[in-house]
Amino acid sequence: YKLPNDFDKLTCTTDKLKQININIEVCPERIDLIHKNYRKLCNLLVDVDEWGQVIIINMLTRYARTQFTNPNINEDSGEDLNNKPFYDEDDDEDDDDDSEKGGKRKKKLMLDGDHRLLLRNTKPLLQSRNASVVMGVAQLYHHLAPRSEVMVVAKALIRLLRSHREVQSVVLNCIASISTLHKGMFEPFLKSFFVRTSDPTHIKLLKLEILTNLATETSISVILREFQTYISSHDKEFVAAAIQAIGRCASNIKEVTDSCLNGLVSLLSNRDEAVVAESVVVIKKLLQTQPNEHKDIIIHMAKLVDFITVPQARASILWLLGEYSDRVPKIAPDVLRKMAKTFISEEDIVKLQILNLAVKLYLTNPKQTKLLCQYVFSLARYDQNYDIRDRARFLRQFIFPSAGYDNSRLAKHAKKIFLATKPAPVLESKFKAREQFQLGSLSHYINASANGYHDLPNFPETAPESSVRDVEPPAPPPETRSKKQHTVKKHSFYSESEQSSPADEDAGSLHNQLNSECVFINEENSEFIYVMCYLQKKKKNKKKEESSAESESEEETSGEEEESDSSDEKNKQKTKPAEDTTPAAKPKTNLDLLLELDDVPPTMTPVLTPSLGGFLTPVTNPVMPITPASIQLASPSFIPMKTQELLNKISGHGLTVLSRFTRSPHLFSPSMVSIELTFTNLSSDEISDIQVSNKNLPPGMTLHEFAIISSLPVNMTLPGTIGVDFNDSTQPVSLTISTGSGNSNQLTIKPPIGELIRAVTMPEPLFITEQSKLRGMNEHSEVVTLPAYYSEHKMISQHIYEACNVANIPSTDPKTLRFAGQTLSSKSLVLVTVKLLDNEQVNISVNCEKMVIGSMLLNEIRSHLRS
Amino acid sequence: MIHSLFIINSSGDVFMEKHWKSVISRSVCDYFFDQQRKVANPEDMPPIIATPHHYLISIHRCCMFFVAVCMTEVPPLFVIEFLHRVVDTFEDYFSDCTESIIKEHYVVVYELLDEMLDNGFPLATESNILKELIKPPNILRTIANTVTGKSKHPFVLPAIGQLSNVPWRRTGVKYTNNEAYFDVVEEVDAIIDKSGSTVFAEIQGYIDCCIKLSGMPDLTLSFMNPRLFDDVSFHPCVRFKRWESERILSFIPPDGNFRLMSYHIGSQNIVAIPIYVRHSISFREAGGGRLDITVGPKQTIGRTVESVIIEIPMPKAVLNCSLIPNQGKYSFDPVSKVLIWDVGRIDIAKLPNLRGTV
Repeated sequence: YKLPNDFDKLTCTTDKLKQININIEVCPERIDLIHKNYRKLCNLLVDVDEWGQVIIINMLTRYARTQFTNPNINEDSGEDLNNKPFYDEDDDEDDDDDSEKGGKRKKKLMLDGDHRLLLRNTKPLLQSRNASVVMGVAQLYHHLAPRSEVMVVAKALIRLLRSHREVQSVVLNCIASISTLHKGMFEPFLKSFFVRTSDPTHIKLLKLEILTNLATETSISVILREFQTYISSHDKEFVAAAIQAIGRCASNIKEVTDSCLNGLVSLLSNRDEAVVAESVVVIKKLLQTQPNEHKDIIIHMAKLVDFITVPQARASILWLLGEYSDRVPKIAPDVLRKMAKTFISEEDIVKLQILNLAVKLYLTNPKQTKLLCQYVFSLARYDQNYDIRDRARFLRQFIFPSAGYDNSRLAKHAKKIFLATKPAPVLESKFKAREQFQLGSLSHYINASANGYHDLPNFPETAPESSVRDVEPPAPPPETRSKKQHTVKKHSFYSESEQSSPADEDAGSLHNQLNSECVFINEENSEFIYVMCYLQKKKKNKKKEESSAESESEEETSGEEEESDSSDEKNKQKTKPAEDTTPAAKPKTNLDLLLELDDVPPTMTPVLTPSLGGFLTPVTNPVMPITPASIQLASPSFIPMKTQELLNKISGHGLTVLSRFTRSPHLFSPSMVSIELTFTNLSSDEISDIQVSNKNLPPGMTLHEFAIISSLPVNMTLPGTIGVDFNDSTQPVSLTISTGSGNSNQLTIKPPIGELIRAVTMPEPLFITEQSKLRGMNEHSEVVTLPAYYSEHKMISQHIYEACNVANIPSTDPKTLRFAGQTLSSKSLVLVTVKLLDNEQVNISVNCEKMVIGSMLLNEIRSHLRS
Repeated sequence: MIHSLFIINSSGDVFMEKHWKSVISRSVCDYFFDQQRKVANPEDMPPIIATPHHYLISIHRCCMFFVAVCMTEVPPLFVIEFLHRVVDTFEDYFSDCTESIIKEHYVVVYELLDEMLDNGFPLATESNILKELIKPPNILRTIANTVTGKSKHPFVLPAIGQLSNVPWRRTGVKYTNNEAYFDVVEEVDAIIDKSGSTVFAEIQGYIDCCIKLSGMPDLTLSFMNPRLFDDVSFHPCVRFKRWESERILSFIPPDGNFRLMSYHIGSQNIVAIPIYVRHSISFREAGGGRLDITVGPKQTIGRTVESVIIEIPMPKAVLNCSLIPNQGKYSFDPVSKVLIWDVGRIDIAKLPNLRGTV
């Protein structure tokens, strides 16, 4: 089989697609067929038709899994805290080791050039109108991208939730699966998963599942409030699932266990029997996880036995009574008495539990229950169901041993057997197990291996040589190309550049070199390739010099080699034109033209087709330079609900105004802080025409008014939003609000410093470089002793989010928390670092170009952390 | 990939089938019917059903089920998206998609399916190309064909060269009047709790175009404030790079109607909800209850709210409603238990109100 080599046409015709498909179907593991075409495929991806995109993306995912190393390998090992100090010590001991290890670590942080190429070229496809393309990219990112970059797909997936019902179902399935692994990804979009009454049941259940997975200490209150409304829904299956979801939240999040339990207990008095029954089952599970001190609940449930008819619930109650009979010594035997009366008419599952209860009670309290037990057991002996008859015979041996076996071991240890503490059930998502399947595949949806499904290969420990992809004449990353040229020209050069690598690798490179030579000889007309390379080079001369310079600064470890490399290169560039003028001037033959058509971006002028994304992009060097462009605005991690009264009803003649900072960008201008004003009419007359009549702003500030409220009826509340550009200062603005009846009131708004900042995210290395630029006067730091109850990082993060609008930057060091934001007006960076010291102290440092803001923010954070 | 397609009507008959590879017996649909019996309404039908040898992937649109049969692993969204595209094409060709229309145009439908899927892989799904290959039915042509006795369709297909380089636009388009229309449609989705405060609100918007321009026009569309868009998706004709760098939509449009882009404005922004609904509903044990609903405008920036329709799903216990609206008409469907109240324009002076017993 040969993969199509001529992607010269802009649209991928079906023939070629079919060939790819044949490749996928016939020999999914023959990745060697893709090598040559990899870069071409990546670059052309945008221009292929939608259906082709899906197939190619899937193929590239598999390919990339075999060719590149795991980008998240650091994070995985980073959790292993014990290793770190050990490494550090080691590093101090000998310097040689240090440099080598440092180099290794650094390498792991940086992606292979081709890996990066794939990620970059698939990203725009998230904007496709075709849901399956979006899903394809999402799964590619999920399986291949570094953790910090996977976030980009969340938004697109959320968009798909507006699509057809069937699409929703598949997408929600995938989100549910992702959310068991990475809560953070979908947390900002929590509200998108709120259930609508119009959703069909299976969508509702999926949304519920996701909400439960996403619940954290901070969001739990919102989620629980939602769940409460769901319980009043008239969709029975959904209500049951909602109650179970509450149970799962309660057992996962310790803070709310008690309030959830209380809520569930209050549901026990619900009119709907199904609700009661479901809550009984959930309460049973919850009590099992923390059985201390819930006597009253058990008593309450014991009373319910008389009313509940759902067998599952009855069985749960009986089990509970048996398990905790020592807490309710008086009630349990009584319940047993009642059950003995109705034994015959019970369901099987209840009968089994009655037997169970009888045995347990007999063991703890034989005096009162012996007769009851005998009665129940003789009823069970003649039951219609053989399972119950068997069980009765089995249990009887424990408590009423037959003659001659009085002292049998079983009877002696009966107490230990029956009254042993049982491990609590673990309530977890049923989507946990699905991780083994490729996201978005049919097998993933049905949770079983479909016909013809192949597991996604694991990342290799070490990446195979990337040069296999170089074989085709012009390769996009300039570095590799230059290497190859050297191979053609001067053999010694290639091995020279690799000399610093260990000996065994040397052999490998030699082998490689031979390989590539062979290839060139095999090509019919190697000269043309040569010409091509030259042409390319000429065009890109300047660019390359820049890029090589850039890569130099980036890869410090390999700096020396690079330098020699590039200087050599420059030399060559000088010498080359003289040598090569003749072949370059040759009239172009057909083959030459064909090759040129075949070529990737630079030599080709884009014609006709729009969406020529791939063609219009200049080829960038493989290692993405970290630029300020990678600073992205992020959504706020916390939205304050605290309101401040600006105008009370006495001075406002019945009108009250509350203000709240929404932390969302204002529609009018991004540098404005949006402030939500809530107007409430507490007077006895309608208030009309509420508007801003006069504003008194300090210089440099601007204010965007809210829309006129034409009328505000009595006891009604209406919101209005104003936007203020505070020009990065905390000076108050005052404005006058007038109403139709002629009253006017002066309001003064003074922003907390934390609201003048907008959350941004950036990669960690960029954070560190930016931070190092803002030392000295621009840095404010302080050691703060935390109150004793700060147990976790999350608490600290939460307080910082409350103090200011910043976003967390995932940190590789577990003892350091990093947050980033930028000021609204001047867009200068605000970097907050919290280092955890021993004995409950933390070192907070704030780096900001504007010193005043830095110091004010530090004070603000300190006061928030102490409160 | 996709082996076969069955179309099933609301009464459970397989009235059309199409096989791209080997013929798969109709009996495979029995698994589908089994599942259908388990769920209460067609909306609840799971989109994917795994049977021992086949996988049934279905969509429900226009009161019909379109069931695709696959034999091997395939991305489910791929099939679902394709099926929706098929229905979209039918709607585009026949201006509506119902059982009777499909039966009426069996020939065209089979031709379309043949063209859209080749050996199980999607081939031509762009309506511009399809219309080039298969002419949409129209009355004039039907009459002409019957009179002249010619076959319905031209024997000569357009040569490959005639198909344009831009896959979504046909060549040689000519209009005497060049015009382009853009519709901006916005939908606000909101969840409002019992007390009337907004729990969650988001905007989903679409830009639908009707472009009638000659030749190969290259258009650009810029926005006053593109920052507002949280997330966008485009027709394939839009150049991604231009959007990423300059926030400008630059595209060569297809001919005729199409959806240029859709966008999403999420909950982080302030979403103004144009109306509010005040309600009081009470049910008595004995049966019957009272209902009182008032609608009023809210944050409309001085514009009037027009053609308001309110849909209220009622609990199963409700048998009938006798209500008196002071404006508009209402209807109650006792099968689906949905009360629909067509209000019309909202007049601020006299707020529309609906009250009565249920």
